[in-house]
Amino acid sequence: MGPQHPSTHGVFRMDVRLDGERVMRLKPVFGYLHRNHEKIAETASYLAAIPYTDRLDYLCSMTNNWGYALAVEKLAGLTVPERAEYIRVIVGELTRLQNHAGMVGFLLQDMGASGTPLMYAFRERERVLDLFESLSGARMMCNYMRFGGVRVDCSAEWLSEAAKLVAGFGSFLDEFEKLLTGNEILMARTQGVGVLPRELAINAGVTGPGLRASGVNYDVRKVDRYGIYERFEFRVPLGEHGDVFDRYMMRVLEMRETLKILEQALRDIPAGPIMDPKARLRGLRPKVGEAYGRIESPKGELGFYLISDGTPNPYRYRVRPPSLINLTVLEDMCLGHNIADVVVILGSIDIVMGEVDR
Amino acid sequence: MILEDVRARLQAEIPGCQVDLVVNGSPSAQNSLLIDRQHGLEAARLLRGLELDYCSNVTAVDWPERVQTDKIKSKQVVDGVEKEIEQTVKTTIPGYLEVVYHLFSMSKKEGPVVVRMRTGNRTDDVTLPSLTPVWRSAEFQEREAFDLYGIVFDGHPDLRRILMWEGFTDYPMRRDYVPPPDDDLEALGER
Repeated sequence: MGPQHPSTHGVFRMDVRLDGERVMRLKPVFGYLHRNHEKIAETASYLAAIPYTDRLDYLCSMTNNWGYALAVEKLAGLTVPERAEYIRVIVGELTRLQNHAGMVGFLLQDMGASGTPLMYAFRERERVLDLFESLSGARMMCNYMRFGGVRVDCSAEWLSEAAKLVAGFGSFLDEFEKLLTGNEILMARTQGVGVLPRELAINAGVTGPGLRASGVNYDVRKVDRYGIYERFEFRVPLGEHGDVFDRYMMRVLEMRETLKILEQALRDIPAGPIMDPKARLRGLRPKVGEAYGRIESPKGELGFYLISDGTPNPYRYRVRPPSLINLTVLEDMCLGHNIADVVVILGSIDIVMGEVDR
Repeated sequence: MILEDVRARLQAEIPGCQVDLVVNGSPSAQNSLLIDRQHGLEAARLLRGLELDYCSNVTAVDWPERVQTDKIKSKQVVDGVEKEIEQTVKTTIPGYLEVVYHLFSMSKKEGPVVVRMRTGNRTDDVTLPSLTPVWRSAEFQEREAFDLYGIVFDGHPDLRRILMWEGFTDYPMRRDYVPPPDDDLEALGER
C-alpha cells in the first residue's frame, strides 16, 4: 500500500501480506521525505535551526518550535519571562486544537465519510491559522518561538480574538460530537479494532493520545510540568480499551481540556517582557555539555537532544519524533484485521511524514 | 532517581560490569552512565527491573579521533628557586561511535536516566548489543542509528536501512561524510 495512496497521509508505504482480506504481515517503509534534517541543523547555528523545525510536523510548527526552544534553554541555562510562557501555552494549545480537529476529520475521511467532517474541522482550523497569521506572519510555518522567549508580542486585540475563538469552540465540539460520537457506522468501524494493550504501548514507547487511550496516565505536561503548566487546572482523559474508538475519543476529550487551559491562560496573561535579556539569539555558544528537552506535542512526546562543543553550531542535534516511534506497533495493531481496517488504524495513530522521515 | 544509586546497583548485581559516570557540564546537569558493551543487555534488563519501563529516545553520536590539549601546572626547582612551570600535554583520543538511551519511568514518573555505550572504533569494531529485546521502542531508532551512523546492533530483530534506500553504502550522519555530486547517480547507489 502506498506511497501514493490517499489514506497514507503523505508518502508512506506499507509492505502488506494478505490472506484474502486478512493482514498476515505488515512492514512500514520509510524515507520518501528524508532530507537529513538533523545534519542540516548540525551545520547551521542554533537560531537557524528554528525554521527547519517548522517543517517537521508541518501541521504543528508552534509546538515544534517550543520543543526545540526548551532544549536550547536547558542547554544554555536561559529563563523565559512570564508573559512569553503564557503566549507559548496559548499558541501551543491552539495548535493542539487544530491538530486534533484535523486528525478526527481525516480519520472520518479514511472511513469513507467523504468531506463533511473534514470540512467542518478545517473550517475551525482556518480560524486558528488566521490567528497564527496575524501573530507570526505565517499560517503554517510560523517560526515564532525563540530560545528565551517568543519573537513578537501579541496585542490586546489578538488576545480578545483568541478568546472569541475559544468561547465558540465548545459549541463546535458539541455539534461535531453529535454528528460523530454516537454514529453507528463510526462505532462499527472503530470499536474493538486495532487494540493496543497497555504493556505493549509502554514498552514500544507509544506516547500522546495513543498511549492514554490504552489507559496509561502519562502526559508530559503533567509529569515534567514544563513551562507554567502547573498553574492550570486540567484533567488527562484516559481510555479503557485502547482501540480506534478510544483513540478518537481521546482527541475529542483532550480538545475540551485544552479549552479549559486556554480560558485560564487568556484570563491570567500578565504584561511584561517577552524575551530573556540574557539570551543571545545570534552567535549563541552554549557551554560544552548536552541536554534533552521534551514537550507534549499533539502527536506525543516530542524531544530534542542537543550536544554542544562550545561552537556556534550544535555538535549533535537529534529529534525524537513521536510520529515515527508510534508507528512501531502498527503491525501489532493490524494483524488479523481486514485491509480496510489498516487505513483506519493508521489514521488513528495520527502521523505526519515530515516528522517520520525528517 | 539518583544516578549514583543506579550505578551502584548495576555494579553490585552484574559481576564485572564497568559503569562510569559521565559528567555533563551544561546547566541541564543531565549526567549519564557509560556502560561497557559486553554487559549492555544485562544492564538494560536490570534497569528495566528498576521500573525504567519507558525508553524514550535512542540515538547515536559520532566522535572522530581528536587531540585534546591539557595545560598542566607543576612546581619545579630551577637553580634553587621554586618556579611554576606550565606544560602543554597533547593526548590523542581514538575515535568511536556512541549510542545514547534516554530512559524514563512511566510508573514512577521519573527520569531521565541517560545511558551510553561506545564502540571500539569507527571502522571494523562497531558492534553493540541491541536493546530492542528489552524496549521495543528502540526498534526503529536503532535501525536509524545503523542506517545513518553504521553501528551494528547485535540481536536486533530486523536490522535494515530505514531512511536511506537499499543499496546506499555510506553513513550520512558521520562527521566526515562527504556527499557525492548530485549528478553522480552511480555513487548514490542507484542501479
